[in-house]
Amino acid sequence: MSDLVLFDAPGPRARRRMVWVNVAATLAVVGIGAWALVLLGQKGQLAADKWQVFLTANPWTNFFIPGLISTLKAAAVAIVTSAVFGVVFGLGRLARSRAVRTVSGVVVEFFRAVPVLLMMIFFWLWISRLGVVSPNDVPFIGVVLGLTFYNGSVFAELVRSGVHGLPRGQREAALAIGLRRSQSLRLVEVPQALIAMLPAIASQLVVILKDTALGYIITYPELLQAARQFGAGQGNILQSLLVAAVIFIVINYALTKVAERLAGRVGRRTAGRAAKAEAPTLVVDTGR
Amino acid sequence: MRRRVGFAVVAAAATLALAACSGGGGDEPGSTGGGKPEKIRIGIKFDQPGLGFQDGSKYTGFDVDVARYVAKSLGYEEGDIEFIAAPSAQRETMLQNKQVDMIFATYSITDKRKETVSFAGPYFVAGQDLLVAADDSAITGPDTLEGKNLCSVTGSTSAQRIKDEYASGVNLVEQPGYAECVTALVAGSVDAVTTDDIILAGLAAIPANAGKVKVVGNPFSEERYGVGLPKDSDQCEPINEAITKMIDDGSWQKALDDNVGSTGYKPNADLNPPKPDACG
Amino acid sequence: MDDSYLDRLLSLFSEYDVPAAFWVNIQLTFYAAILSLVLGTVLAMMRISPVPSLRWAGSTYVTLLRNTPLTIIILFCVLALWGQLGIVLSTDFQRNFFLLAVLGLTVYHAAFVCEALRSGVNTVPVGQAEAARAIGLSFWPAARLIILPQAFRGAVAPLGNVLIALTKNSTVAAAGSVATEASSVMKTMIEFRPDVVVGIFFIFAMGFVVIVVPIGLATTALSRRLAVAR
Repeated sequence: MSDLVLFDAPGPRARRRMVWVNVAATLAVVGIGAWALVLLGQKGQLAADKWQVFLTANPWTNFFIPGLISTLKAAAVAIVTSAVFGVVFGLGRLARSRAVRTVSGVVVEFFRAVPVLLMMIFFWLWISRLGVVSPNDVPFIGVVLGLTFYNGSVFAELVRSGVHGLPRGQREAALAIGLRRSQSLRLVEVPQALIAMLPAIASQLVVILKDTALGYIITYPELLQAARQFGAGQGNILQSLLVAAVIFIVINYALTKVAERLAGRVGRRTAGRAAKAEAPTLVVDTGR
Repeated sequence: MRRRVGFAVVAAAATLALAACSGGGGDEPGSTGGGKPEKIRIGIKFDQPGLGFQDGSKYTGFDVDVARYVAKSLGYEEGDIEFIAAPSAQRETMLQNKQVDMIFATYSITDKRKETVSFAGPYFVAGQDLLVAADDSAITGPDTLEGKNLCSVTGSTSAQRIKDEYASGVNLVEQPGYAECVTALVAGSVDAVTTDDIILAGLAAIPANAGKVKVVGNPFSEERYGVGLPKDSDQCEPINEAITKMIDDGSWQKALDDNVGSTGYKPNADLNPPKPDACG
Repeated sequence: MDDSYLDRLLSLFSEYDVPAAFWVNIQLTFYAAILSLVLGTVLAMMRISPVPSLRWAGSTYVTLLRNTPLTIIILFCVLALWGQLGIVLSTDFQRNFFLLAVLGLTVYHAAFVCEALRSGVNTVPVGQAEAARAIGLSFWPAARLIILPQAFRGAVAPLGNVLIALTKNSTVAAAGSVATEASSVMKTMIEFRPDVVVGIFFIFAMGFVVIVVPIGLATTALSRRLAVAR
């Protein structure tokens, strides 16, 4: 539904009123901003030395860029492992065998319900205790596992609903040309569901990228942790956090745009009704 | 056509996953090294300015300097040292799993910890103290905190101890790190930050905090920083000799001055420099 | 072995008040859910309103907040709002941090509520809005009487997803000096008794399953019942 059909084009009087309201609102926002800035200035947070340091190379080469690389590394690995987890358990939920379906269902529902932070803390402390990997790798593995189990479960649901969302004719046609049911799933249905999933995968990447920030609680040196560490050494932690937030926003905004583009293209390409499944959480509206 | 595309996606995803898995696990050389290693793995704090701090590729701080000196005495060159982050919650585990050879990370010697790990040292005796605004003369010790806001890090017991033993009316704030506490202290939202005095001195020594905060200098506990070792380690004696030598030849004092001396902080002179305990 | 493992686990749970920890998360979720529903509805109204500046403000808000990690938002609530600007939401010292965490959770999830509602608005056929205009309703009555009631009914499932996400995200309040919530307590317990780490995790995980799964089932059932037949 187009938003514009909700109301008539505003007339001259309404437009005049809008101008006044806009002026008042702008004044209010500017006022609050000015009040905050004055207060921050009094607390010395606007002092040049707290900000100027971001124009030098040190914070970038030693903290923010390595931090960003760690964030991207964890997110990249996690998106791939989650996709694999998702396909395996998504197929599991579609399996013929009732036992496989039940087990897959329980696994998926369990990991969708447990907070990512809880999983990260657990894997961090547990894997470290097992002592099979170098301690420098434990936070990374904890972050990736936490992200994988949660987002993998989300993907499993997407696979399942994607297959359910296909027109029944696809399966009927596959069976009619003599494929077995498993072949039909593997060769006909899941590939289409996966294509339909692409935009959802892209938008889930935003979720994963944001959730890597939880890694700071388990000492993974990702962007937020790097920002805190830099701020701790320089005494400008607020400014560092702000810079980290801006980096996150820019990257995630770009990813969202890519996801929207992808959604548009996939929408045009798929014959079947594209899977309109809602990712169970934090779903980025895939734009209908 | 569409089928093939779908398969390509699956295949690509699977390949990537495999590549990622093997990449993730395999890029850490010598992580399970046994025998007499060429390198020494030392656990330190990465986020504590003045004690153990990772500044890009450099490591600085008092703990780090002591660790370097000890490693050198044990026959390891600067390039042989691998520094590993040892967060407080992980220290015993890392030693038990032999993931590090020794730990210099504001690690207090306690009887409870001695059940699972061994200690050399102590190489420093810290005490719980307070960090306050530079112009604050009202707070002189833990019993003057009634009704004040006191900051410490999440999971630390030091603030709770003040509430239980000295000032029941104190308001506790928990932050993810001490740097956040100091930010709130400088802004006036909290009145004091508490932890070991040398950690506070390290925070006060950051140029941005110079002249804004001070350590009260009235320590009210005894934290004997030791070198954490695996239970069956044979390194205790040589480490103690190295610490004694470091204290005797003045390097110990120099390391202290370099890292936390700029604030005028003086460690508790009755207890420092300490004499290492006999190895058990 | 099994027997003593269970004993150790049980003795640990008699030392820590785990239900109280979950109660903190439930309270955080409850307040933040109500407030973010209100704020999210306002934002959704802004985004479909006739005023271009309001539409712009609404979509900017959503873009900024949705793309920032919740952890940073909550850290800012404590470090900037309270630490620097001196904003105090409650005279009770600990309650203040609880409310700041609620504020952080609210502003973050309001962006997602707004998105969910917008998807609900998208389910309302164009004819409804056209009919509303045809009988002479202006924007506000049309939105209040015609569009929003249907949009809410169409948005129950995505709103349920936001509520589930909020329930789980309440653990992030740990970053905002709310150290009594479940994930912090779990961390402390594991550090204290690392020998029963798997058992501790499983019990906390089940706690969340018990809270979250009924929410999911209820919203699914509700969305079926409320779905507008078309």
